[in-house]
Amino acid sequence: MFYIYCPYCGEHREEEEFRPKGQAHIERPAEPEACSDEEWGNYLFFRNNPRGVHHEMWVHAVGCRKFFNVTRHTVSYEILETYKMGEQPSITADSQSLPREVAAVSHQEGVWA
Amino acid sequence: MSNAATFDTRTDSAIPMESPLAYSYRRSGAPATGPASRVTLRERALLGHLIVRGGAIALDEAVRGVLGISLPGQPQTLVQDASGERSIQWLSPDEWLVIVPGGEEFPLETRLRERLGSAHYAISDVSGGQTLLELAGEAARELLMKTVIYDVHPSHFPVGKGVTTVFAKAATMLRRPDEERWELVVRRSFADYCYRWLLDAGAEYGVNVEQ
Ligand SMILES: [Zn+2]
Repeated sequence: MFYIYCPYCGEHREEEEFRPKGQAHIERPAEPEACSDEEWGNYLFFRNNPRGVHHEMWVHAVGCRKFFNVTRHTVSYEILETYKMGEQPSITADSQSLPREVAAVSHQEGVWA
Repeated sequence: MSNAATFDTRTDSAIPMESPLAYSYRRSGAPATGPASRVTLRERALLGHLIVRGGAIALDEAVRGVLGISLPGQPQTLVQDASGERSIQWLSPDEWLVIVPGGEEFPLETRLRERLGSAHYAISDVSGGQTLLELAGEAARELLMKTVIYDVHPSHFPVGKGVTTVFAKAATMLRRPDEERWELVVRRSFADYCYRWLLDAGAEYGVNVEQ
């Protein structure tokens, strides 16, 4: 059991209330008709699968039922931050602000963060 | 006034209405109070439930004008009128649950629609879809502690709070209108399941049911 901070409810809530909904920040091509098959296929089907920092959408399914974003480390499973839809992450794979223990795990697992 | 089609869902008074627990009372019974009773369960059936969605500013102005209660803007808040019979609960940043005495919901919906005019909003009458169960007594919190995943300690769940959470694997709105009582708003289709869960979980506290 662990708790996830819902940015809309403004408090930590039990994991059981949430569902993961895949990669965040996917932009629909502005002009689908102008896309090549490859561009459209990439948009529709292909997702990142990094070892390390990953931005995901989660939904507070039993609760406020809002979607929000989670920055999660796929090696340690640590949730580094949660933020509302439309906002940008403050922690990214390139950022230097990774917690020390996460950085240590990345190093140990041979991850290029 | 919006051009949404509305209708009063209350049946003609000649047609008897049954609470969502009518079947449960017949099948599972309703334990009477005894010397060891520390929890009382009571259904407040057939109240008017409206889900109101839209922008907080427009809705607040409308419900203050019609109900005389301001819309709770803070997450997890429950507000009531002076009589305690009408309440508004925050459900999400653009969604509130309004509960009023049975029969008031359609006039309320109509007046809210008149007030809101062409604003961007939605009102759904969900009175038939859910029911309100009330728990009282010294062991009510203990009973909740083994049933809901939410922390119900008074320091974390003061009077005037309401959350949507998991109650025995079912989604429930859990509210605390005053020091003595806890309210559970459950789906009609889950009412029998929740009732039987409460009887079972409440057995050790000598749960009794008021009808
Ligand atoms: Zn939430």
